[in-house]
Amino acid sequence: MKNWDSLNLFHHYVLQIADNTLILGQQLCEWCGHGPILEQDIALSNIALDLLGQSRLYYQYLSESTGGKFKEDDFLMYRDARKYRNSLLVEMPNGNWGTTITRQFLFDQFHILLLQKLSESSDQRLAEIAVKSIKEVKYHQRFSAEWVIRLGDGTQESHSIMQESVDELYKYSCDFFVSTEADQYTASNGICASPIEVEQLYYTNVNSILQEATLKIPEIKKPIYSGKKGYHTEKLGYILAELQYMENMYPNCEW
Amino acid sequence: MSAKEWPLWEVFIRSKNGLHHRHAGSVHAADAQMALENARDIYTRRQEGISLWVVPSKEIVASSPEDKEAFFEPAVDKIYRHPTFYVLPDEVNNM
Repeated sequence: MKNWDSLNLFHHYVLQIADNTLILGQQLCEWCGHGPILEQDIALSNIALDLLGQSRLYYQYLSESTGGKFKEDDFLMYRDARKYRNSLLVEMPNGNWGTTITRQFLFDQFHILLLQKLSESSDQRLAEIAVKSIKEVKYHQRFSAEWVIRLGDGTQESHSIMQESVDELYKYSCDFFVSTEADQYTASNGICASPIEVEQLYYTNVNSILQEATLKIPEIKKPIYSGKKGYHTEKLGYILAELQYMENMYPNCEW
Repeated sequence: MSAKEWPLWEVFIRSKNGLHHRHAGSVHAADAQMALENARDIYTRRQEGISLWVVPSKEIVASSPEDKEAFFEPAVDKIYRHPTFYVLPDEVNNM
């Protein structure tokens, strides 16, 4: 058994970022072969692979910074839900195309702002990962925002499906801005600005795109728990069950 | 897959500076912007290019197969149109 308690606040901070991209990437992979048309199927798979690739960079860094005590795979395969630090939004189910696009949009708008801050990090490795990721995420951001506008300001049917998705998912964006001990630690040590600093800009950006998409902006009702602190919905358990089952069945298997 | 198909677009890719855009294939998309993004997602995943064009397939005017004889066969026996009768200086490679 790994002693997860030996991870420090810096590690937790990196997990908050890495787990977001991992869980969202994993969920997007489920669309492979099921996209509404071939072109969008591939587009989502591309995004999924970008996100999984980014997660790996963080887990590899974590592995190195724990002196190899934890391997890259340990972070993915041997943590249960309570140890995961992803925000609640990314564990919400794929739903229909509108739900997936809305979730992606709400995440991408945060992700780009976070990475821009991270690219100025005093931690050189994190800054490098951020710079590399920004190129990919700029495209994700453009892709999801265009789809939100296209569907929100589309037909009556697409509009109402999008409004339902926004009503359901918008509140989970609050979890990005929950300030954890890890956030406070990295902010006070100059490693990276607290996500709270981009909160206002985030909602300005998100709301202006929702308005352009003729979608109503829901009232914010903050969820009472936070994924960043390890308190998740039951949905994460199902995602991890699928993600981890092979490793659990056949530990250290290779192919 | 939807019964109502989106229009088809032809995709052209420039693989590097100095080369022409070449036809790569086609994509379905609702408008030009989406066509460009779909082309990016489908045809440039393996560093195939640095520039993309998309053109509505319906805008392409094509020669018809029935015209094949009149259009192309007259060129068959006019080998003097190929620049193969010149002696090229050695410095000119790969003509």
